[in-house]
Order: sequence, then C-alpha cells, then structure tokens
Amino acid sequence: MANTEEIRAGLAEIVNEETGVNVEDVQMDKSFTEDLDIDSISMMTIVVNAEEKFGVTIPDEEVKNLKTVGDAVNFIENAK
Amino acid sequence: MTTLKQTVPHQFSRILAYGASRPDLSVTNDEIAGPINSSDEWIRQRTGIVTRQRASENISAVDMAKEAAAEAVKKAGITGDEIDGVIIATVSHPYATPSMATLVADSLGSKCAAYDISAACAGFCYGIAQADSMVRSGLARNVVVVGVEKLTDFIDNTERTISFLLGDGAGAAVVGVSDTPGIAPTVWGSDGSRWDTVGMTHSLLEIRNRDFVANPVQEGEKIWPTLRQDGPSVFRWAVWEMAKVAKQALEDAGITPDELGALIPHQANERIIDQMVKTLKLPESVKVGRDIVDAGNTSAASIPLAAHRLLEENPELSGKFALQIGFGAGLAFAAQVVVLP
Repeated sequence: MANTEEIRAGLAEIVNEETGVNVEDVQMDKSFTEDLDIDSISMMTIVVNAEEKFGVTIPDEEVKNLKTVGDAVNFIENAK
Repeated sequence: MTTLKQTVPHQFSRILAYGASRPDLSVTNDEIAGPINSSDEWIRQRTGIVTRQRASENISAVDMAKEAAAEAVKKAGITGDEIDGVIIATVSHPYATPSMATLVADSLGSKCAAYDISAACAGFCYGIAQADSMVRSGLARNVVVVGVEKLTDFIDNTERTISFLLGDGAGAAVVGVSDTPGIAPTVWGSDGSRWDTVGMTHSLLEIRNRDFVANPVQEGEKIWPTLRQDGPSVFRWAVWEMAKVAKQALEDAGITPDELGALIPHQANERIIDQMVKTLKLPESVKVGRDIVDAGNTSAASIPLAAHRLLEENPELSGKFALQIGFGAGLAFAAQVVVLP
C-alpha cells in the first residue's frame, strides 16, 4: 500500500500532466485553487485520474471538500 | 377469421440530408462578461467559446426550426406529402402545448404525425433513434428530425454556471428509407438520480402559487425560470461516463475508432470535447465537430448544426461514418454511428 509521500508524489504527477504545474510545487499545504490555480474542471480530470491510479472512489460531493493537496492525499489514503 | 395487416418493414434507413438555421447575432465574450464579473480570457480558457450565436427578440425557436427543416427537406429531394413524421427536440418551446412540431409540419406542407420530445442536449439523437425505428418498422418512409433552441429566452445574464455558454439555433435531418445500412443501433439511457445537476431554477407552479402582494418581486430578481448547472459534476459525467457510451455505440455499430470519419459530440464545452477525444484515443484522421467555438452551446441543436458545418467544410466526409453523441439534462444520453449524407 502506498504511503502518504507516495500518494502525494503520484498526485503531483497527475496534476503536472493536467495543468503543467511543477511536481515540486504540489505540496501538502498548497491549495488547489489559490496556490496552484487549478479550476474546477481541471480538478475533476485530476480526481478521475487519481481514482484510476490509486484504485479509490472520490464522489462528486467529496471533491468540493478537497481544498488542499493534503486534503486529497488524506482522503485517498483513508479510502484505500 | 380475418388476419390483421401490419406495417411492412424497410430493411435499412439513413440520414438523407441536413439543414441548419443560424440566427442573426454573434455575441462576444466581452459583451457578456461584465454581469458575471468575468473576462474574454476566462471564458475562452474554460469553455473554448469565442462568440455565441443568438437570435434577436423577433426571431422565435419555431422560425429557426422551420428554416432548418425546409433546407433538409429540400436537400433530401422530397416534398411535403412524402413526409410521414416530424419530431422536434427542444427544451425552449415556450408552450407546454400545442407542440412546435405541428407548426413545422404545416410549414413543410405536411399533415403528418408531429410531436415534440424533451431530452435536452440528447434530444436530437433521441429523435434520430425514433425516426430510424419508424422508418425501418415501415411506419414511415421519411421523418424530419429537428433540434432547435432559443435558449436566450431561458438565461440569466448574471448567472455564472451555464448562461454564458448558451446560444440559439436549429439543425435538422431527414431520415428515410435506404438500400444500405445508414444508422447503427442507438445506445441511450438516463440517470434520473442526477435530475438536479442541470435544469431550470424552479417550476412554473412556484410563480403561479406566489402571493405577489405579500412577497413582491425584488430588484434584480428573476421570476421566470432560467437554466443552471453543477458544471464540474456534469463535466465528469459527460466525459468519462459518455466515453463508455461512445465506445459501446462503436462496438454496436461493428466499427473501430479508426474507421470513423467524424466525431460529432454535443457542443457543451470545448474542454469536454477535448477530453472525450483524448479518452477515446481517436486518431487524428477523425474530424471533430467544434461548432461551439462560435456558436456556443445550443443544446438539442448542437449536433445537427455541427454536422451541417462539418459537411460544408469537408464534403469528402459524405458517405463516411460519424459517431454522434448527445448528453445533458435529465440526465439523458444517446449515441449512434450514422453514415453522413
């Protein structure tokens, strides 16, 4: 099972592929919208790719609660 | 005992011709950005829309439907008395009854069966599915299917989820008897558990039941129902769920993606189109309908309008396979592979 850092790094790769944001900028305390300038549609693409990569389900209503990279990493870790 | 007669089936059907009606106004992003505190750049980046076509107040949805249908019928080389059905897909006919379809049939010089269907952005593909069945069952020889919207009658220019995407227009197709297969099986369905993700703000009954003396209209309040959506949620469904539907439609048609001449998806948002092309791994040889860039999202009209334009700009697509897929409020969806006329 992937640990917290592995999930963060995997998520960073997905974010980079969708938006071009550098992987090293995708840190736990960063806000998707405020810091990484990711809009709601790109966020959905990231969520779907994360579901596939980590084998988890992230419902639409949960996506709204994933404000920071840490929120997403923790959700994925707990959902696995 | 006398044996009942039943209709004698036709083996195959196909789309004989398309028609289009594009309204008079081209509305830029700058013209609509103010009330939603947005910008040309923001709208282009999130939707791909540069301008949207909209109709002046004196042009109705019926006017556009009649024009598109007339072109399709003329190009199909048939006359009013050869039309056995008119199906109108729309969500913007401002009368619950009578239907728009009888007016359009009358304008074509026909007294045929005529009715409207409500399947929003999937409506045109629903109509093609019905027309295909009507023709192949022997119930009809020629059926006119029109997707038409005057969505500007149902938008709120201060609303940020959908209104700025929307345009007006009509597209039509004539489905008729064919010597060869021209319309593959339709993959269609709905998900009513997501009924509230796209649709109107409120029911007409809320207006009827309101006590306007005790509860007068507030400044800036819109009492007329207008459209809303949960954009990200719809985006997710439209791309990944619809990719499965598209793949099934290809499989049911017995063809592979590289055999497609064109993909003609509902023109909801260019980012949905881009992501769908990516998810389906379509080869570059497949032409993709991108009418949205200067037409906006015209709901039921978007697929026939995009098909009409693709054929005008790429006449070599005639005779090729096109996958058309509509999806939207309901949620409702339909996809089928057709041979382009």
